[in-house]
Amino acid sequence: MSGHSTYQPQNKFLQWFEKRLPIGGLIHSSFVVYPVPRNLNYWWTFGGILAFMLGVQIVTGIVLAMHYTPQVDMAFNSVEGIMRDVNYGWLLRYLHANGASMFFLAGYIHIFRGMYYGSYKEPREVLWILGVILYLLMMATGFMGYVLVWGQMSFWAATVITNLFSAIPGVGDAIVTWLWGGYAVGNPTLNRFYSLHYLLPFVIAGVVVLHIWALHVVGQNNPTGVEPKSDKDTVAFTPYATVKDGFLMAVFMILYAWFVFYIPNYLGHADNYIPANPAVTPSEIVPEWYYLPFYAILRSIPNKLLGVIALFSSIAILAFLPWLDTSKVRSARYRPLYRQFFWLFVISAVGLGYLGSKPPEGIYVIASRILTFYYFVYFLVILPLLGIFEKTKPLPNSISESVLGAKA
Amino acid sequence: MTTVSSAEQHTRRDFLYIATGAVAAVGAAATLVPLITQMNPDASTIAAGAPVDIDLAPIADGQIVKVFWRSKPIFIFHRTKQEIEAAQNVDVNSLPDPAPDSERVKSGHEQWLVVIGICTHLGCIPLAHEGEYHGWFCPCHGSQYDTAGRIRKGPAPKNLYLPPYAFLSDTKIRIGEESSAKTA
Repeated sequence: MSGHSTYQPQNKFLQWFEKRLPIGGLIHSSFVVYPVPRNLNYWWTFGGILAFMLGVQIVTGIVLAMHYTPQVDMAFNSVEGIMRDVNYGWLLRYLHANGASMFFLAGYIHIFRGMYYGSYKEPREVLWILGVILYLLMMATGFMGYVLVWGQMSFWAATVITNLFSAIPGVGDAIVTWLWGGYAVGNPTLNRFYSLHYLLPFVIAGVVVLHIWALHVVGQNNPTGVEPKSDKDTVAFTPYATVKDGFLMAVFMILYAWFVFYIPNYLGHADNYIPANPAVTPSEIVPEWYYLPFYAILRSIPNKLLGVIALFSSIAILAFLPWLDTSKVRSARYRPLYRQFFWLFVISAVGLGYLGSKPPEGIYVIASRILTFYYFVYFLVILPLLGIFEKTKPLPNSISESVLGAKA
Repeated sequence: MTTVSSAEQHTRRDFLYIATGAVAAVGAAATLVPLITQMNPDASTIAAGAPVDIDLAPIADGQIVKVFWRSKPIFIFHRTKQEIEAAQNVDVNSLPDPAPDSERVKSGHEQWLVVIGICTHLGCIPLAHEGEYHGWFCPCHGSQYDTAGRIRKGPAPKNLYLPPYAFLSDTKIRIGEESSAKTA
């Protein structure tokens, strides 16, 4: 799927350079003449938005690191110093903190789009798994960044999350001590989280390169799920996809800016403006919103080890999706039953997010058990069986036929 | 396909490849040791984790105080008669993590309960004198402990852990060592 080497620079120097490092040709074939299905809708623009958000996080993160101090007695105050004293520090920090939320929002839309249109199916399994790895890396990075603020929520989130590993029989406590570098979350923990929080975004960038590479090998899926068959089914990446990506990116930035400038603390927790205190646990510990569904799954199971296993399985199961979904038809457009179960899945995932923010008692526990049950049944029972029993709608012969009608 | 004959029989070169590869693998594994071990508690952290002596005299009947050892909160509970009886009069087999009260305290010092104040679920600090069993209640996920620090209800799998400690005298304990009670 590469629109190969039509790149002929006019400029003498560029010609000289291209003979020695053909990077211009690579960019040209990957982002200019690269053929994309002509029927891509706006749900396909979130990959570009995610790349943009990664860039925002790296740029704002590097400048924040110039003012932040990863030491337990100074970390919280250095963040307050960024907010009050550093030139535009308030803006940079709010961009970074809300940028994480926007990054996850775009990521979740991107994942759900892949699920709806069956983008994980053969031949895109490796592309999908790279995406799951990116999601895991995002979660680790986001968590460690939240800890750096060293407020009450930071400290106790670090304690609770690292303690998840104490559930491992036998070696659990040794692993937790190793993660902490002490007998509790403390200065060594903060220091290493800082180091890793700086490292992981670049690991993410590396895996993004692999993700895009894999994408360009197998080509993009599209709303019909039918592979492009002729030139009539595709258009050039530039200008068609770049303009479409650019438009939604601008819309997305309006939302981002609205959070940054009008409600910068809406997605945060007030308790994180209290400096970390190892002697007092806040009355209620809540993770950042983007982890809430998994937190609800953890809490819905009354056994510690099983709860932790359920938490990790609920993420790991995504990597097996290409083989759990047995249907040959990709797009939910032509799968009437799948479509209903899919939307139920979205509702249950969002519902788990809501329940994760509620205290673990009474009706909330029962509801999270039901939704956790559905979450796993969806992957382990419904998807494998649907492929066998579902009567799918007829697929169009080609992308251009689905767009232009049979006359085309 | 001229190399088939030499590939079938093992040559000196095969041996050298495998031997070199094995030494390189051992070397790579050895390199991982310092890279991984550096994350364990360092010498200063371990030194700061030395035993601490606590004077019990100022702790009133029924009071729970919180001290720190190895950055962990330690609860010292001066139990009243009723609280001791409540802890003793429980069917041990009905407990999630069965342990009689006598295993939770030092004999002859039944009024003193010394436990690590970290919920065995996910590490929050439980609140004292709360919950249905008048011991501790963990606000994070709702675990409840009784007056012997035993888990009674909620997701925590274990009783509150006991730190190593010993009585130096009737009103003094040393937390961090089990067997230094010789001065008593």
